[in-house]
Amino acid sequence: MLEVTQITCVRGSRCLFDNLSFRLEPQQALRILGENGSGKTSLLRIVAGLAPAESGNIAWSGKSVGELGEDYRRQLAFLGHANGLKDDLTPLENLKLALVLAGIDAERDLLQGALERQGLESAAELPVKVLSQGQKRRAALARLEFCAEKPLWVLDEPFAALDAAAVTRLAATMSKQLQRGGMVLFTTHQEVELPGAAVRSMQLDAA
Amino acid sequence: MAAGAAAAFWAVLERDLLIALRRRADVLTTFFFFVIVVSLFPLGIGPEPGTLREIAPGVVWVSALLAAMLSLARMFSGDFADGTLEQLVLTPQPLTLLVLAKVAAHWLTTGLPLVLIGPLLGLQFDLPVDELWILVLSLLIGTPSLSMIGAVGAALTLGVRGGGALTSLLVLPLYVPVLIFGAGAVAATANGTGAGGHLSLLGAMLMLSLVFAPWAIGAALKISLE
Repeated sequence: MLEVTQITCVRGSRCLFDNLSFRLEPQQALRILGENGSGKTSLLRIVAGLAPAESGNIAWSGKSVGELGEDYRRQLAFLGHANGLKDDLTPLENLKLALVLAGIDAERDLLQGALERQGLESAAELPVKVLSQGQKRRAALARLEFCAEKPLWVLDEPFAALDAAAVTRLAATMSKQLQRGGMVLFTTHQEVELPGAAVRSMQLDAA
Repeated sequence: MAAGAAAAFWAVLERDLLIALRRRADVLTTFFFFVIVVSLFPLGIGPEPGTLREIAPGVVWVSALLAAMLSLARMFSGDFADGTLEQLVLTPQPLTLLVLAKVAAHWLTTGLPLVLIGPLLGLQFDLPVDELWILVLSLLIGTPSLSMIGAVGAALTLGVRGGGALTSLLVLPLYVPVLIFGAGAVAATANGTGAGGHLSLLGAMLMLSLVFAPWAIGAALKISLE
């Protein structure tokens, strides 16, 4: 269970949000809403542990995330604004590397299969730099399929640049993860339904 | 756990080497920069063998520092821009180990070529064989320290405007001990006092930087990502 208590985020001299609290329990999805610049990405980065909050506490299963360190990161799958892919490597090499780093064992066939399901079968052996924006996003999303064991997914604009079919596919992946007992924290500007899952929304107002 | 960390180390090392292989221009730039800078000195100073022998260690070592500087900017900036650095920091693996893999890849692609071409460049300066050997040995022990120390500077200035120039200001003073003992080792061989002490000190600096630099680099990267 993720418990965010009264966190405040200040960027420069501007307060993005203060005393923000929420809880996320297994099988729950929380969608962060807000205008551009309202601090959605900052919030997700704070929750992931990439940036510190000005004040407040983030706890995972009752323990502070800062103290848990590696043990928290083992529970977490994070997809940022940037795709986290190396331009000079192929989607397959990128996926393999991401999984080794995450400590997940997977056979090459499974990786190939995951990329095929993302519609990248013809692009699996091309360097990422020649792919389109949407294909790059899909290559980054292929990783999620192997992250079923990680209970907390933090996804920043996961639907950006995807076509309708890919949006549906990702929504299904997220629903499946929720049904398995996972938690998903995400932002999006698109109206997306997660089939069979209730999504709470939280509005960030530019303070 | 330990197996996972080792696998992650090799995966990062392999990744960076593979990227270097696919972007050969980056690696070759550093290498040829070094070769050309070293070769310019005999042309500028004149072909007096005595003078050349005397300046050789200093010239080769200063050029090695500059070549190392040249490659530092690329060390983390690519990973920073495409989001892979975020992913590295968020993996359940120890960041110091992943950083060590990146520094090792940096040395293999920029430091090691300098060591290998060292003897040939030394010949241009009419260095005798025993001094050539010591030059290579000092480069072999000294250049990994350059990668280590440089990486701290590169990590600290990541994402800062004009970071390249700032890195030079930060890192070049820290390179001074390596320069003194690296060039000093060859000079000491030339005047017969023996290079043992200099090389031992270079080794000590390498050990120190191996222990402390990865930790400092990791901390600096986390700060840069905030």
